[in-house]
Amino acid sequence: MTMSVLAGRPERRRHPAFGLAHIVLSDPLNVVAFALLTLIVLMGVFGPYVVPYDPLRSSALEALLPPSAAHWFGTDELGRDVFSRVVVATRLDLLISVSAVALSLAVGSTIGLLAGYYGGWFDRISGRLIDTIMAFPLFVLAMGIVSAAGNTVANVVYATAIINLPFYARLVRAEVLVRREAGFVMAARLCGNPDWRILAFHIFPNTLPPLMIQASLNMGWSIMNAAGLSFIGLGVQPPTAEWGILVAQGANFIVSGEWWIALFPGAVLMVSIFTFNLLGDVVRDLVDPLRRV
Amino acid sequence: MTSRSIPSLVLRRLLQAVPALAGIVVVTFILTRALPGDPAILFAGPTADEKTIAEVRKNLGLDKPLAAQFVFYVKSLAHGDLGRSISTGQGVGEELVRRIPASLELTLAALMLSVSIAVPLGVMAATRPNSWVDHLCRVTVSCGVSLPPFFTGLAFIALFYVYLGWSPAPMGRLNILYSAPPHVTGLYVIDAILAGDGKTARAALLQLLLPACTLALFTAAPIARMTRGTMLQILQSDFVRTARAAGLARRTVLWTYAFRNAMLPVITTFGMVFSFTLGANVLVEKVFSWPGLGSFAVDALVSSDYAAVQGFVLAMAVIFVLLNLAIDIFYTIVEPRLRIDA
Repeated sequence: MTMSVLAGRPERRRHPAFGLAHIVLSDPLNVVAFALLTLIVLMGVFGPYVVPYDPLRSSALEALLPPSAAHWFGTDELGRDVFSRVVVATRLDLLISVSAVALSLAVGSTIGLLAGYYGGWFDRISGRLIDTIMAFPLFVLAMGIVSAAGNTVANVVYATAIINLPFYARLVRAEVLVRREAGFVMAARLCGNPDWRILAFHIFPNTLPPLMIQASLNMGWSIMNAAGLSFIGLGVQPPTAEWGILVAQGANFIVSGEWWIALFPGAVLMVSIFTFNLLGDVVRDLVDPLRRV
Repeated sequence: MTSRSIPSLVLRRLLQAVPALAGIVVVTFILTRALPGDPAILFAGPTADEKTIAEVRKNLGLDKPLAAQFVFYVKSLAHGDLGRSISTGQGVGEELVRRIPASLELTLAALMLSVSIAVPLGVMAATRPNSWVDHLCRVTVSCGVSLPPFFTGLAFIALFYVYLGWSPAPMGRLNILYSAPPHVTGLYVIDAILAGDGKTARAALLQLLLPACTLALFTAAPIARMTRGTMLQILQSDFVRTARAAGLARRTVLWTYAFRNAMLPVITTFGMVFSFTLGANVLVEKVFSWPGLGSFAVDALVSSDYAAVQGFVLAMAVIFVLLNLAIDIFYTIVEPRLRIDA
């Protein structure tokens, strides 16, 4: 608590970037998280152009080589370079999780806005729908959806989006319920704004802070989910490189001692989930300082 | 204010599970019948010919309108008929029932393990903020939620079986040198102890240890986080301050006053924990070749055994609802405040 606040003097407003820099620099772990995020995004964007080997090129002479200077993460049973495959896989994994999060954010918040604002039958039906989704263990529901709708990458995205949907819809609905009768909404209504305008430009922006927190915490979980689905053979099909598939492929060689095929992709998967979870905490601290523990 | 008896509350909670079950049946119906594409081809499997497909279509009632199909579906569910698995040739329902004890043993062991680690950890972290215990708790939580269970499992196998040789081969519930104990509960460790067979019990326990630890690591994180958060909040509340001011022993304040009240919100988050556990169960069973529901579903996925996968989804959802129901009923019984209607 600074003296200026106690004295009632208006505090100088700083640029939001200062807040971000302050929070990031306050904890060395956050610096690491941002560095890792940069690395992951760079891997996703430029990965396929900079990898030392073609991720699909096999060579029987170089099969099952342990990590070395030539092959940093070793080679798999077909002699493919594990490092190149892990780097190239980044783009697909990021694409799946970003589109799943974006989709569930868009659809979930629309449902939440309408349900919270209008109430009535739409609220009841959407509420039932969301309760039904939550009545399933979420990963198992995703398995069921992908196996029923067809074993494609697009369906993995849809399934991941569907199992994330309830969190966004419930969150936005609760935020809208609090604000539906607030003064600024009344004022907007009295000025003659139509409902869609009030929802889109007056209420929705106010639900953004918790929504952003939810979305960033959701990223890591979505990556884990998508990788889990492809680990058990759903969605991405070999020989496409994807972290979950790479781990599944290496799993058969763990017992015979070739640990590098599974452990490197798994470690990269773990680090990226960890990064997104840390960033979620950063976003939460930035957007909602009161929730800092 | 009126007071309600426990049986009527339990009954009310039981009734609340009905819409959830109805929703599950509708969703699984949509997943099995109403999606675009021909379900008969899916159910008949990838190698079926025209005649088999026609036969499956008739057996499933797919030649009737959608509403009649739904009635047909509910009727066969009521008879416990989940269709026939094309890879094993047996009824999916019987297959699932046969495999439930294996999954149950793994899940219960993992939950017991994670609760017995995460709850004390959360309590200690809350009583000593910013101490090493608190940091340990925070690291456990951040790592626990970031570790994909299939990766942790493989890392454990690589370390404890391949490299150190401490653990038995990650192949199912019991080494082939031992025979399964006589069936009582279906849980090998308990059955072997009941039969007085110490060696088998030890072997089964050793087999169980790694998969249970893998699953526990994953589920400990949310429990530890909730416990720490709730305890922190409650330790700052007025009644704890009063208890301290009245000179009650530190232990009494912590366990009798704070802990009992903190556990109730933690129990309510168990729904999410169960959801995580049952999902991660599939991956862990696959990694350790554990012959439970999850590995059944994964094998079915590989062989495009559609009826088996959908039966599994339904079974898991029902188990999930029942687990939530059990927790809620337990909650109703231990939480006296719920018995008072304002």
